[in-house]
Amino acid sequence: MNRRSLALRIILAVIVLGAVAVGVIAWMLPGALPKSSIARAPDATTQAINRGEYLARAGDCVACHTTANGKAFAGGRPMPTPFGALFVPNITPDDETGIGKWNADEFYRMMHTGVSRDGTLLYPAMPFASYTKVTRIDSDAIYAYLMSVTPVKQLNRPHELKFPFNNRDLLLGWRTLYFKEGEFVPDAKQSADWNRGAYLVQGLGHCAMCHTAINALGGSSESKAFEGGMIPNQNWYAPSLTSNREAGLGNWEIKDIADLLQVGVSHRGTTYGPMAEVVYNSLQYLSDKDVSAMAVYLKALPQRDSEVLATSQTRLVSPGVMQTGQKVYAAQCAMCHGDDGKGMPPALPPLAGNQSITMSSPVNSIRMVLNGGYAPGTKKNPRPHGMPPFNHILNDEEVAAVVTYIRVAWNNSGTPVTPAQANELRKVLPE
Amino acid sequence: MNIALLTALWLLAGASWAQSDAVPAFKEIDSIEARVQGCATCHGQSGQGTNNGYYPRIAGKPAGYLYNQLVAFRDGTRRYPPMNYLVAYLPDSYLREIAAHFAKQRPPFSAKETSVPNPTATARGQVLATAGDPKNGIPACISCHGAGLTGMEPGIPGLVGLRPAYIVAQLTRWRVGDRHAAEPDCMKRIATRLSDADVTAVAAWLSQQTAPKDSSPESSNVIRMPLACGSQR
Repeated sequence: MNRRSLALRIILAVIVLGAVAVGVIAWMLPGALPKSSIARAPDATTQAINRGEYLARAGDCVACHTTANGKAFAGGRPMPTPFGALFVPNITPDDETGIGKWNADEFYRMMHTGVSRDGTLLYPAMPFASYTKVTRIDSDAIYAYLMSVTPVKQLNRPHELKFPFNNRDLLLGWRTLYFKEGEFVPDAKQSADWNRGAYLVQGLGHCAMCHTAINALGGSSESKAFEGGMIPNQNWYAPSLTSNREAGLGNWEIKDIADLLQVGVSHRGTTYGPMAEVVYNSLQYLSDKDVSAMAVYLKALPQRDSEVLATSQTRLVSPGVMQTGQKVYAAQCAMCHGDDGKGMPPALPPLAGNQSITMSSPVNSIRMVLNGGYAPGTKKNPRPHGMPPFNHILNDEEVAAVVTYIRVAWNNSGTPVTPAQANELRKVLPE
Repeated sequence: MNIALLTALWLLAGASWAQSDAVPAFKEIDSIEARVQGCATCHGQSGQGTNNGYYPRIAGKPAGYLYNQLVAFRDGTRRYPPMNYLVAYLPDSYLREIAAHFAKQRPPFSAKETSVPNPTATARGQVLATAGDPKNGIPACISCHGAGLTGMEPGIPGLVGLRPAYIVAQLTRWRVGDRHAAEPDCMKRIATRLSDADVTAVAAWLSQQTAPKDSSPESSNVIRMPLACGSQR
């Protein structure tokens, strides 16, 4: 074999190898693979995890168990309470600092009874009084989902509760008074939608945490369910869901209720503040069917006030205040909300006939005038309109006058507010 | 037309302009102009700022800079409660759109504050802004914020048109570790090298500058920057 033919052979071998390599690569490319004729259904585990993710959204776990800009579910968010600050724990599946060593039974016991893996009693900032209604199968799905998220090593920060609330034994008393253990029991007399809605509202939705007033002991009594109250430490008023004079939904269309919950805006009103957070983190992700079921249940909540709707309270307002209010309204508000107070819903909410304007507590209206607000940006309304702050433009008298004006104009049935009430809220940082 | 009438008309026009810039106004409800009314009472209808010296002009700042600030306000990494509250529940895509909207605006610059600048301080401010203080490792403002102080794409804000109260507050926040930018945080390195007197001086000089005819930010990386800045990456 001479040198030349050797060289030729090597070149040929390289060409052949190259061709084979190209063929192999082409075969390995995803596009070249034979297409599967059937889409593979997710296995049982994947299905449970997907369901769990959805249910964890419904429970809004992420809102409390994540710090601003922190890793999801890694905890650490301070939760100011009238009793001191709680620091929300890490619920990622990290073995040392999270819930990695928990099993599904322990997770269900925590959800159902408010008792942690090591037997400690949880503070009721964890809404176990609501989560106790969650079924075992749903609890297992949420557990499967949480076990599937990326573990984060982050030590829990100890609570900073004042004496005597730092003694967990006191929780035994609280539990006796305010905690009733038990899964949701469907009411056979009601529709499937009503039952699904009730399950979500009373259970994972834990709406009662804000919409039922809590007392000096941090408890809420069942007889006052959904009657509304101030949200401790947030200085927003969570309106009653059972009074047509507040956020009672008795005379709302199902679509408007569902829109408010899922889209964040509706033809009757808009969510801001803590409710915007709930829509943003939780409700926007729920299916149309589930949101509509919640609306059916909320609309059917028993109405507790038998009073006839009051008419305009203008007679209670001094003419000077009314004049100032009208002047401010015409200059600053009418552009969006209209001289007739009808707004341009759903983008710009109506003020005439808006229960959140006329309800007994004027806190939310005053705060909106001072700090403005944006509705949450949701899947169905990703570019919400926003209201600017007037804190730096209007003085206390003007804020009180314009809020008084919108509470009584257009036959609205609200009562006047004072400059002192405006001043009180001006001192509070917006949140 | 006599002078008194002209003066009256001018005063009237001035008054109505000053008022209209803080009052909600838009033509189409389904427009970005209508959607950003939440910004208008502090930053003005076109982002030109208002009479209040603290609220900054945002018009014409690079979209990347404005977007970074909106995200930081939303996520709480830049702290100013009124802003944190307003943008808390807005998605990235929308914040990007709001940033792009104000970046495009070129409203006229408002009148400069008529403070009486102290000549010594102003001279020190001019040196810091245009030449820096190499002995103390302080680069000139113009080396990154642009010869016309109109900023640089994508992440460096224009400084022209800002008022002293705002500039002093931001530099101070950086010095005490209350304001941050993406690492490596070049502004932090600079701010911590400034003295109290430097901060006042540079703010006073900057606030007296007039914007160039084209107030657009410079394009990215046309010059070698003196320090590495995370917000330019």
